[in-house]
Amino acid sequence: MAIQTENLTKKFDGVTAVDRLTLTIDEGEVFGFLGPNGAGKTTTVRLLTSLIAPTSGQATVLGYEVGRDDQEIRRHVGLLTETPGMYDRLSAWKNLTIYGRLYEVPDVPGQVEKYLRLLGLWERRNDPAGTFSKGMKQKLAIARALLHEPRLLFLDEPTAALDPEAAKLVRDFIVEVKGQGRTIFLTTHNLEEADKLCDRIAIFKTQLMVVDSVAGLRGQLYGRQVVFHLAEPAAPRVSLLQTLSYVQHIEADANKLVVALDDPETHNPEMIRLLVEAGVNIQFVGELRHTLEDIYLQLVQDEQN
Amino acid sequence: MNKIRTIIGKEWAEVFKNKLVFFSVVFMPLLFVVLPVATLWGMNALGEDAGNLSSGGGDFFGDFCQGMNEFDCGQAYMLSLYALLFMILPLMIPVTIAAYSIVGEKTTRSLEPLLATPITTKELLTGKALAAVIPAIAATWLAFALFLVSSWLMLSPEVFRLGIQPYWLTAVIFVGPLLALFAVTIAMMISSRVTDPRTAEQLAGFVVLPIILILVGQSLGLFLINGELVLVLAAVLIVLDVILLILTVKIFQRETILTRWK
Repeated sequence: MAIQTENLTKKFDGVTAVDRLTLTIDEGEVFGFLGPNGAGKTTTVRLLTSLIAPTSGQATVLGYEVGRDDQEIRRHVGLLTETPGMYDRLSAWKNLTIYGRLYEVPDVPGQVEKYLRLLGLWERRNDPAGTFSKGMKQKLAIARALLHEPRLLFLDEPTAALDPEAAKLVRDFIVEVKGQGRTIFLTTHNLEEADKLCDRIAIFKTQLMVVDSVAGLRGQLYGRQVVFHLAEPAAPRVSLLQTLSYVQHIEADANKLVVALDDPETHNPEMIRLLVEAGVNIQFVGELRHTLEDIYLQLVQDEQN
Repeated sequence: MNKIRTIIGKEWAEVFKNKLVFFSVVFMPLLFVVLPVATLWGMNALGEDAGNLSSGGGDFFGDFCQGMNEFDCGQAYMLSLYALLFMILPLMIPVTIAAYSIVGEKTTRSLEPLLATPITTKELLTGKALAAVIPAIAATWLAFALFLVSSWLMLSPEVFRLGIQPYWLTAVIFVGPLLALFAVTIAMMISSRVTDPRTAEQLAGFVVLPIILILVGQSLGLFLINGELVLVLAAVLIVLDVILLILTVKIFQRETILTRWK
């Protein structure tokens, strides 16, 4: 188990930022922690990296207890903060060397070189970090978070404020890190990014709303849906499929028939045959996949209501 | 100890690239050497006439230099007055460094990743304090040594011995570091509360006031620095430094600083 929390709570001057968070994250998992601004995501990251102490509740990180084994937690986790926070007057090499020493890395020059090369910053190693673009600074900050080879990596908004190209570079690197079997705790506003990268996601707004895989959440909220694109208005054709026992719900939307059912792989052939035999011209058939954005907005809206 | 050394190295690598900090560490000590040397040289050049510039000088100097002519007495007095400048240096230099060192972390938002490393608050503050105190002490001692050598070369042995009493060595060598630590703790406490290096520096700059008051008091002839006063100052500073060190560590709460620094 990489992270386990039980009723983890943090209050600031009576205002609750994190409320009774109970969560389990397995080793090797990429876990997305999503929520609106001010939801308490960064506070949760700071709690789990032992930067701040919980008001109540418990948390263990890599088997170490938050509040008791703080030094050990800091030693074994990597943190990419929301802003890179590099020493702008110092070179990339010097920046990483300082952190290598603070993390007590055995071979500081070797590790610094490894990550500068991996992230494509080797040629700029002697340039002050202040001369770097936002994307380069972010890559340097990622290198800093990985220097001591942590088993658990916290990434707080890793692609925020980056241009699409830099964001893609960072995302690709996260995929590479994921492939090394490290656990990643990712907070992001970029839902497409979370959908691509995360094994499971949590939607959080001071309290935990849901935790599941994106597919699981999709199933929970919408079930499975098949969409038939017809060459004609769909409404008159609803009756053809409505009576089928496995059809849970059917609706027509202009030229589209949207059918909710449990097992489309088994039942699609029969539905297609019925429609074709009735003389319906089918243009396309596909599964309707709600995006993580749909899921997120639906859940946040439900919460507000 | 390695982490403290790393913090000191980082601080020096960063703050000395700041022109204002560099100016305060290099230019101020130089000025404090050149100013007295130029004055004493000027007095020498003017010769005995300089001693007659102020009437009633004998009353002013009182018992400071019995049996010495007024010109020599004036030079010894100036020497003693200027020696006090070297008590201001250990207050001024670390204030500038410490103000930039702490507030700099705020403005670049580099404190959070730093606190996320396995460094203790004591190691971090010790590193930052030493990074400010060491250059201050080194610059003060070096400047004082230059001042001593220049004065010794320019003045007669009697005047030099009278102007630079042994307690000045105690003051600069032992009280200087205590003053530097005093200034650093004050600067660190203030820096933990403000967001702008200049504000921090200006507020912390008030730490030089007590020494300025002593300087004014001595130049007005209200009192003269002596060995007893230096020992009292040292004793008071030891107590104050211990209290301020404890307070600094208490005020520098990781959580408060992380969550309230904007």
